[in-house]
Amino acid sequence: MFRIDFNKLRFLVCDDNPHMRRILRTLLHSFGAREVYESEDGATALEMYSHYVPDIVITDWSMPIFDGLELAQMIRQPESKGNPFAPIIMLTGHSEKRRVTVARDAGVTEFLAKPISAKGLYQRILNVVANPRPFIKTKTYFGPDRRRNSSNAYIGPERRVGGEVEVLQQPSLLDKARTPV
Amino acid sequence: MAKHNRGALEIKAFADHHVITQPNPLSSVLRRVGGKNLDDPVARAEKALAGLSGQFKNWMSIEADRLSAAHATILRLGFTDETCEELFRAAHDIKGDAATFGYPSAGAAADSLCRIIEHAPELERVPSNLIAHHISAIQAIVHERTRLDTVSMAGELSRELRGVADEYLTHANRDRPEHLEAILAPSIAPGN
Repeated sequence: MFRIDFNKLRFLVCDDNPHMRRILRTLLHSFGAREVYESEDGATALEMYSHYVPDIVITDWSMPIFDGLELAQMIRQPESKGNPFAPIIMLTGHSEKRRVTVARDAGVTEFLAKPISAKGLYQRILNVVANPRPFIKTKTYFGPDRRRNSSNAYIGPERRVGGEVEVLQQPSLLDKARTPV
Repeated sequence: MAKHNRGALEIKAFADHHVITQPNPLSSVLRRVGGKNLDDPVARAEKALAGLSGQFKNWMSIEADRLSAAHATILRLGFTDETCEELFRAAHDIKGDAATFGYPSAGAAADSLCRIIEHAPELERVPSNLIAHHISAIQAIVHERTRLDTVSMAGELSRELRGVADEYLTHANRDRPEHLEAILAPSIAPGN
C-alpha cells in the first residue's frame, strides 16, 4: 500500500467560490499538505502557476476572466517556459459525460465531478502521483495520453499513424522551468 | 514542493505524433507503508470537513441569496449575457456545493435550473414561473430545513421541478438533437 507525503507537495487551487476554496484547503491540509496556494480566477491562477511552480493544480471549470478549461490549455503549451506537464485535476459541477471529453481534450489529467468527497479527491491525487501517463504531442493536442488502457480487443480505425522514427533525449522541461531566467 | 526526479525526457517521434515520457517527477513523495499503518488521511479529512459543518447553513444561505439576487436582476433588466451568466454561475455553484453542505435537494433543484439556462432555445420564452419556482424551491429548502419532514418534502419538490423542466426542455428542443442528447444523457455526478 502506498501513501503520499503531502507535506512535500505544492498545490494550486483555483475556484471562484470562496466556500469551495475553503473546503479544498481544509481537505488538503488535513491530508497533510502545507503549501496550498489559492486563486479565484483563471488569469490569477496562471500567474501563480508561473510564480510558484506547483506540483499539482486543482481547478474549477466555470470561472470569471478565463475558465478552468482555458487555464488547462494555457498550462499545456509545450513551447512555454513554464512546466507544461503538471497534473491538472478538474473539479467541477458539470456532470455530463461530454464535459469529461472536452476537459480531457484540453489536457486535463483527472476529472472529479462535484459534490466533492475526501475519498474522491484523495484517489485523484494518488492517481496523478503514482500513475503519471506519458504525454502525447500532435498538431492539435498536447497533454497526458488520453488512452488510459491498451486493449487488444479494440475494433476501429487506428488514429495514430506512422512507425517509430527516432528517439530523442532532452533535458527535463521541469528543469528548464525552474531555471531562473 | 516535491523533490522532483530530474530525469531526462524521452521523446519518441512518430509520423503524426510524439510520445513524451519522463521518470515519475513526483515519485519522491510516494512511500510504501505496511499493513499495520493506521494513519487514514481520508478519515482525517472527513473529520476536518465535519468540523466545518457548523458553517454550512450560513454558506448555503449566502449562495441561495446570491441566486435570488441574480434572478431579481433579471426581472429588472431582462435576459442579457451578463444577467444570464450570473444566474447560471449562482445556480451552478449551488449545484456543486449543496450536497457537500448537506442540502442535496437544493443541489438537484439548482441542477435543474442550470439545465434550463443551458438548453432552453430562448430564455425569454421559458415560462417565467418555471424559473421562479426553482429559485423559490431552493430558498425554501435552505431556509426551512429545520422544519419537520422537510428532507423528504425537499426531495419530492426537486424531483417535481426536474420533471416539469425536463418536459419543457424535451419539447422545446425537439428539433435540436444535440441538446436533446445532452438533456437525456445520464449524469456522471456521484450519487446520481
